[in-house]
Amino acid sequence: MDIRAQVSMVFHLDKCIGCHTCSIACKNIWTDRKGSEYMWWNNVETKPGTGYPTQWEDQQKYRGGWEREGEGKLSLKLQGRGRALGNIFANPYLPTIDDYYEPWTYDFDELFNAPEGDDQPTARPVSMITGEPIDIEAGPNWDDDLGGSTIYAANDPNLEGLSSDERAELNELERMVFFYLPRICNHCANPGCVAACPAGAIHKRGEDGIVLLNQEKCRAWRMCISGCPYKKTYYNWATGKSEKCILCYPRLESGHAPACFHSCVGRIRYLGLVLYDAAAIKDVAARPDEELVEAQRAMIKDPFDPEIIELAQANGITPDQIKAAQDSPVYKFVKVWKLALPLHAEFRTLPMLFYVPPMLPVLATLKNGRYDVDGANKNGGTEATGLPSISNLEQSRVPLRYMANLFSAGNEAIVAEVYRKLNAVRVHMRQQKVGNIPESEVAEALGAAGITADEAEAIFRLTAMPTFQERFVIPPLLRDQAFEAQLGDPFTQKREGGFGFRAAPERRW
Amino acid sequence: MNTFLFAVVPYLAVVIAVVGGIARYRWDRFSYSSQSSQFLESRKLFWGSIAWHYGVLAVLGAHVLALMFWDAWGKMLSGPTRLYSFEVAGLALSWLAFGGLAFLLWRRLSDSRVRTVTSPMDWVLLVLLLGQVGLGIWMALGYRWGSDWYLHTIVPWIHSLFALNPKIGYVTALPDVVKAHAVLGFFLMALFPFTRLVHVVTVPITYLWRPYQVYLWNRRASRQ
Repeated sequence: MDIRAQVSMVFHLDKCIGCHTCSIACKNIWTDRKGSEYMWWNNVETKPGTGYPTQWEDQQKYRGGWEREGEGKLSLKLQGRGRALGNIFANPYLPTIDDYYEPWTYDFDELFNAPEGDDQPTARPVSMITGEPIDIEAGPNWDDDLGGSTIYAANDPNLEGLSSDERAELNELERMVFFYLPRICNHCANPGCVAACPAGAIHKRGEDGIVLLNQEKCRAWRMCISGCPYKKTYYNWATGKSEKCILCYPRLESGHAPACFHSCVGRIRYLGLVLYDAAAIKDVAARPDEELVEAQRAMIKDPFDPEIIELAQANGITPDQIKAAQDSPVYKFVKVWKLALPLHAEFRTLPMLFYVPPMLPVLATLKNGRYDVDGANKNGGTEATGLPSISNLEQSRVPLRYMANLFSAGNEAIVAEVYRKLNAVRVHMRQQKVGNIPESEVAEALGAAGITADEAEAIFRLTAMPTFQERFVIPPLLRDQAFEAQLGDPFTQKREGGFGFRAAPERRW
Repeated sequence: MNTFLFAVVPYLAVVIAVVGGIARYRWDRFSYSSQSSQFLESRKLFWGSIAWHYGVLAVLGAHVLALMFWDAWGKMLSGPTRLYSFEVAGLALSWLAFGGLAFLLWRRLSDSRVRTVTSPMDWVLLVLLLGQVGLGIWMALGYRWGSDWYLHTIVPWIHSLFALNPKIGYVTALPDVVKAHAVLGFFLMALFPFTRLVHVVTVPITYLWRPYQVYLWNRRASRQ
């Protein structure tokens, strides 16, 4: 075993209201520059929907992530090492800016300087690349809130395996359904971008697992953009360098939550350390699809286990960090309660950002002008309360199949288990607060979920009313010690250590 | 004049290339990049870039191989059929490179997105490279069997340059086209540190054997 620490994340989708505050916080700090206007290191997309860049999940098109080649063998879906060099002159699978959108501004001067005339002057959209007027044909959230639409959402790759009836249901008027999926770099344990970079310019930080891209080593071979199945490395067309989310490491190192986490209005984001076995990465990533989620959970180790603590300390993980791992909300959601799942585990990059799938509206159809909840009387609760049965959430509006395609590599049993738990928490808490659900049904729900009332209570607490400190358990990242190790005298950082670039990161030749 | 062109320019070019290249790597490493514009325009780039790179790599490789293994190279061409096939292959590859480059130049001129990411040096470089390949093709057509006479003119001249004893007599009597091709070659070498040509020396050959995953440790100075 090779125990390493990873700053890991959970996004609780039930709480996401799709406000894009996270995206704006990130953009204002990191990507408000020439060449990066189109980049959204943090973006929020609507599901069902095609996302950003359009249909990024379709790996037949983009060739991101890894492929399983039989027992214990993995290969990059993009290409082998030799072909990487052969394709270096033209990457056949590179998305172009049109797969994202052409960034634009408006010709605002026209509003002030237009000569007097009969019509109001208008500010035409102008491309931020060429400066020429353009017709806006796509944007960062082009299909925002259009879940179930036949024009956009119908192209969602996750709809694969859904029957035509199920697809039709998604489009039914007055029953349209969608949820939001905020995405940042997953800081994967087996990152495709790192593996695909011919120059070796991308690395994973040993101490905390943050994946960073060294712009001084990047030579614009652009394989990372294809290699990342989540399309979370971006090419800066102005500087000729790739860029990606840095998990706000300067903020983390000074004890602050990343900007997108900090600004999240719905408080959906959790951040904390997990300890995992780096020696198991290869084996875990090469499991068959249906075993991937469970294998990844097993890769994450118990920070209370004395043996694990000893191994962690031998690897240079400090007692403070182990304490942080024990308090980690991520560990609870992912490992203890098994509520949070990796996005598209079948890409085999072992993403270290996990999602609690959203509870979905109750399945209902319109009959004689009234909503009729299908199967409402199955569990007995509804007749007493007159409410839709909150026990029947597994017959959800969006088919489980769809959720399984997103969060469990197609394994519906895993998603169903999560929903049984989420449902049990809801039933239990409703009984506690409102008291209109029979005890027997509460017991049945908890039993089906395999959790105790105390656990339900704890899940509820961390879900609904966590404090700032409970959401973000930021481990000490010991930047001071890093300086000493790299530079000797810590005071050298005044000059030699520098503040990063001493010349503007732009093209000069 | 001949002394300057064939005994001074080559040394100047090499010094500028090496010193300039190292200086740029030392002080402006950020700018070491192939500056790919594929992200803005992919379809045309495929046809131009593939043809240009594979064509020019093969032809340039032949130049260097003949320079290094002149003896073996001479033996290899000792036969009309072999010589003929070599000439034809070389010419075809040169046309491939020329066509690819001309296509790339047209792409830069005609695509407004790509035009905005083109620096003045890019234009200079494109035109000079096109001229250089053009001169090569002109030579191949006008002064046949260059793959052979190269061994008895340019090769001994460059060897003499390496020996720090320039014997320009090998080249002074050559036709002007050949001379221009040689001088322009060294000029391009001198231009190397001031253009995107620097990407040539950063070919990521280590990718063939390095481990897929790269870890860097802050608090120890080691990989893995």
